[in-house]
Amino acid sequence: MARINVNPTRMELKKLKARLKTAQRGHKLLKDKTDEMIRRFSALVRETARLRRALDGEVVRVLKQFSLARGTMSKKQIALAFSMPAASLEVDCTTVNVLNIAIPKLRLEEGQGGEIYPYSFAEVTSEADRAVADAGTLLARLLRLAELEKATAMLSGEIERSKRRVNALEYVMIPDIEETIRYISQKLEENERGSLTRLMKVKSMLEERGS
Amino acid sequence: MKGKMAIIGDGDGALVFSAAGADAYAAEDGAAAKRLLKELAGRYAVIFVTDVLAAQMEEEIAAYAMQPYPIVLAVPSARGSSGYGAQLLRRQSERALGMDITGTEGER
Repeated sequence: MARINVNPTRMELKKLKARLKTAQRGHKLLKDKTDEMIRRFSALVRETARLRRALDGEVVRVLKQFSLARGTMSKKQIALAFSMPAASLEVDCTTVNVLNIAIPKLRLEEGQGGEIYPYSFAEVTSEADRAVADAGTLLARLLRLAELEKATAMLSGEIERSKRRVNALEYVMIPDIEETIRYISQKLEENERGSLTRLMKVKSMLEERGS
Repeated sequence: MKGKMAIIGDGDGALVFSAAGADAYAAEDGAAAKRLLKELAGRYAVIFVTDVLAAQMEEEIAAYAMQPYPIVLAVPSARGSSGYGAQLLRRQSERALGMDITGTEGER
């Protein structure tokens, strides 16, 4: 361990002792925070993985259904029916504070979308209708997944960062300070012993001269 | 705050989501998708990207990882899932915990 380069004085010793206390306290707090983040993360990542698995299949199913529906219509018809953009849905975006990380929270605005197809029913087959309706409900669940995946990503980044901090404190900063404190107190003791023996020597010399 | 959804995909799949209420943008390859993502990032809250394209622009997506918005989400295309989404989750789990607990190991 590397000793911190300071003068071995009582002042420095006092300062270092205060720093050690702060470092130890910070270490404990950070470690608790990391533990809690890990606990939440493991629950979150399981839920996300479950939803991801479910939705992966679901999305493919809807898309396949849509391509099937497309097959029954001509290219021109499709282009005609879907060239008009649908009313794009608005999402209510807020953030929630979880352990000091701003995690996004999404909510599909109610009352819009749903039944607004961008085409008239006469133009399109019922299979396509179904696919579009399914895609609508799927979208809401995809938003939930988006929210969860973002939360996992942010949390994992944060865990990594705070782990690094905990380790830096535990294995570098605290041992360094402890070693420096030891060094300074040894040095101070040595000085004290030095002056004491000097005094004794002087005293004995004086006594010799006096006798 | 109000936000919108966009999907960057290979024409076909994007169409059905555009009918359902997301704005669709077509990108043929990774380079085009990268340009699109940069352009859309400021305007949309949620951007769905087809997983094949998402795998090609990991760095660009990672740039948005530590801020709440926009959310970039990989979705499978009509050709089936490439397993990229699950792979991302696995990687995050490994990063944070040192091991994979998603239970998707070996799946494709």
